[in-house]
Amino acid sequence: MTQSVVVQVGQCGNQVGCRFWDLALREHAHVNKRGLYDEALSSFFRNVDSRKSSSGACCVGGRIQRLKARAVLIDMEEGVVNGILQGPLREVFDSTQLLTDVSGSGNNWAVGHLTYGSAYRESIVNTLRKTAEHCDCLQCFFLIHSMGGGTGSGLGTRVLSLLEEEFSDVCRIVTTMYPSAEDDVITSPYNSVLAMRELTEHADCVLPVENQSLVDIVNKISLMSHGAKPGCVLKKDCTVTSGHGSLSPTEKPFDAMNNIVANLLLNITSSARFEGSLNMDLNEIAMNLVPFPRLHYLVPSLTPLYTLADVNIPTRRLDQMFSDAFSKDHQLIRADPKHSLYLACALMVRGNVQVSDLRRNIERLRPSLPFVSWNQEGWKTGLCSVPPVGHSHSLLALANNTCVKPTFMELRERFTKLYRKKAHLHHYLHVDGMEQSIFSEALSSLDALIDEYHQLDATKARITPDAPRLSIAR
Amino acid sequence: MSVVTVQLGQCGNQVGRELFDVMCSDAQDAGRKTHSTAGWERFFRQTTQGDLEARAVLIDMEPKVINHSMSRAAKSGRWRYGETSHFSQKQGSGNNWANGYCVHGPGHRDAVEELVRREVEHCDMLAGFIPMMSVAGGTGSGVGTFVTQCLRDIYPSAFVLNHLTWPYGTGEVIVQNYNSVLTLAHLYQLSDAILVHENDIVHRICSQLLKIKQISFSDINRVIAHQLGGVLQPALTPDSCGAYSRNPLGELVGALACHPEYKLLSVSTIPQMASSSIAFSTFSWPALLKHLRQMLISNTKMEEGIDWQVRPPPASAGRTKTLTAGSFNTSLANLLILRGKDVYSAETGGFGDSAIYTSWLPPDEAFSLWKSPVPFNKYEKSATLVSNSQALLRPLDDMVRKAWNMFASRAYIHQYVKFGISEEDFLDSFTSLEQVISSYTQLPC
Repeated sequence: MTQSVVVQVGQCGNQVGCRFWDLALREHAHVNKRGLYDEALSSFFRNVDSRKSSSGACCVGGRIQRLKARAVLIDMEEGVVNGILQGPLREVFDSTQLLTDVSGSGNNWAVGHLTYGSAYRESIVNTLRKTAEHCDCLQCFFLIHSMGGGTGSGLGTRVLSLLEEEFSDVCRIVTTMYPSAEDDVITSPYNSVLAMRELTEHADCVLPVENQSLVDIVNKISLMSHGAKPGCVLKKDCTVTSGHGSLSPTEKPFDAMNNIVANLLLNITSSARFEGSLNMDLNEIAMNLVPFPRLHYLVPSLTPLYTLADVNIPTRRLDQMFSDAFSKDHQLIRADPKHSLYLACALMVRGNVQVSDLRRNIERLRPSLPFVSWNQEGWKTGLCSVPPVGHSHSLLALANNTCVKPTFMELRERFTKLYRKKAHLHHYLHVDGMEQSIFSEALSSLDALIDEYHQLDATKARITPDAPRLSIAR
Repeated sequence: MSVVTVQLGQCGNQVGRELFDVMCSDAQDAGRKTHSTAGWERFFRQTTQGDLEARAVLIDMEPKVINHSMSRAAKSGRWRYGETSHFSQKQGSGNNWANGYCVHGPGHRDAVEELVRREVEHCDMLAGFIPMMSVAGGTGSGVGTFVTQCLRDIYPSAFVLNHLTWPYGTGEVIVQNYNSVLTLAHLYQLSDAILVHENDIVHRICSQLLKIKQISFSDINRVIAHQLGGVLQPALTPDSCGAYSRNPLGELVGALACHPEYKLLSVSTIPQMASSSIAFSTFSWPALLKHLRQMLISNTKMEEGIDWQVRPPPASAGRTKTLTAGSFNTSLANLLILRGKDVYSAETGGFGDSAIYTSWLPPDEAFSLWKSPVPFNKYEKSATLVSNSQALLRPLDDMVRKAWNMFASRAYIHQYVKFGISEEDFLDSFTSLEQVISSYTQLPC
């Protein structure tokens, strides 16, 4: 069994990370009835017995003493991390896992990436190394940060390149929050494009999430719970909708949205933690979904977002779950995959779903989804027997689709609007180590990426004949 | 003589457990002493406490499936796996053949060879090895190929019969065609014969014959185990002189894999029905054999939907057949195994008809017949046909075509190159398989 380490950077990264740990504890508490520290728990938590003389680490199989998250929390201002340390999750984190400063990055990528990046390089690497040493077999780093700010975006991407340098054979999966057009941080386009270049070059997989989509999903859920049809009862217990039943009694404003992203992480790792008839490990995600090294942006969609109180869900509902995964309402970024080109698609199913249900739905949905000519049957499937808390089954779809191109093009638009006027540029150029060339390189990296997607899109209309086969002389 | 099974990867370990289950219960339920003893001896050994332990080595690069299989076996109460007969690591092969073949295989070579050696030492006489794996993933395919190579190197005179599970055509793993091409090309040089089950076909058997509504991988694995059990359980062969054969793998390979270019074997079993229906059905050998023969020549794997229009071509028809022309399935060699009541009275002349074979071998060499009076797995009469024919030609061609299209755009190649496989290696594998496809297509009839 492998372990994963979550590195949460910046305000957004830490808030999402916090929800993730809360949900992870709930999920394991739900499944692990005997209080034993098992392999599944060890993938994200250490078991520490403070009475022991050594570092206190306990191995798998003993009783749970004190669970410590395999996490590194980084923020250049103290508010959020202090909040976590005073909140109900304080027991789960150790002071050695935290890295904070006081003044923040001022929404400036260069401050985060270069100033703090250099100043804290040693301590970041040491903390990461220590966390990695606690792992028997480290498989993956999950990095969580936003793109629009300064710390998450700048320092976060610096951490990403450090991870590549120091732990080159450990997979790096990055969950990033892209700013919406109405973002109140004026320089968010700069920060995002500068960060994008780092992500394109150093990450194995990126799961982009847009705030606007999360808002839409949360609104949809509250519509269901308030304006519901008679006979529909929203299960209060389920992981997606809430904080109810979890540790924090008062829900903070972004909690519902962060919950959804936290669920994404839980579902991605479910097959690596729990058993199933067709396991899907984390290294298989990158292997199957990334046909060319730079095209590693995967559109996530999660279903169901809510369940009705029916106990025996007939097959029609199960099929509905598959259809929903391909509808725009359930995606975590605003994009239109059905009208773009699929390069690859992964379906991770949890719960009581069998291979025949999976095949039936793939066959049903396949005709309406345009796949690239050389990957007509490009499906990667995983079946995990343990469902998430409060649901009988769930589905996470990860699509490598050219529909991310418009999102990137919009980002580029917003960037050039500012860059043309050289607006706010001096804030960046004042930072030690920052040069104008970094901006132009980031822009050309983004251009090249958009172009690669464009090339693939162009093949969509064409009917590509089979490549001529090798002929054997007789 | 004993057979050592090597279970590789998730599929190999899941199917292997079902197979041992079937073989153990068949030997127990049969109630015939010589049959049971022969069956147990072949696949199990007895511990000092009198428990049955499977002659198997379980290999996987991550521990969940092996743990699951071992505990399920122990729970059955009738047999179990050896406590130390398994090897696993912490992290899987990531569906990457190159990772399995170039990194994990060599990295754990010594440990695996040691496990196999210990199991072989428990055998009085080694009949051979059956490595079981899927071709779609990373461990079964990559590590499986490497382990097959090691077996060949260390035990050059033992028979190696690889059992492969081919994935659903509509995809379980996106790079499954690459992994399959690399595996098949390598195994073709290493294996004595390759016995194939296709998930698509077995799925249809589950839904149309066994009438299972919600088909799970356990159902699929149980059908595969039933068919394999029908092949591997003891039988009286022409060479065994009235006793159960002591060299099952050798005789199978000798009967079917007559030429190094032709090693692909497919399996059909008749009857296959929901267990609740068995008690209400009667079987007659003439009916069963007639259906089975037509299944063979029309290339259907089930007794439903057989195309009775397909006939062997008349002798005056063209010398060779192409892939698309006609739907008649030419055989090189067939092995028919009959089990159950009145087996000695079964008329098998239809299978000795020269019209269904290619012209190289006389029909009495191309067709072999094994029998056992002991009913198998609850069926009063059952027939299993192991066939070296064009049956796998179309699925193989599809697999190579899709892999080649993907290779033409070089998609995913960087993932393989990372672990040590070059584009040259890919081209070599494609060339080998095109050769195999060409050989099977051009079978003179």
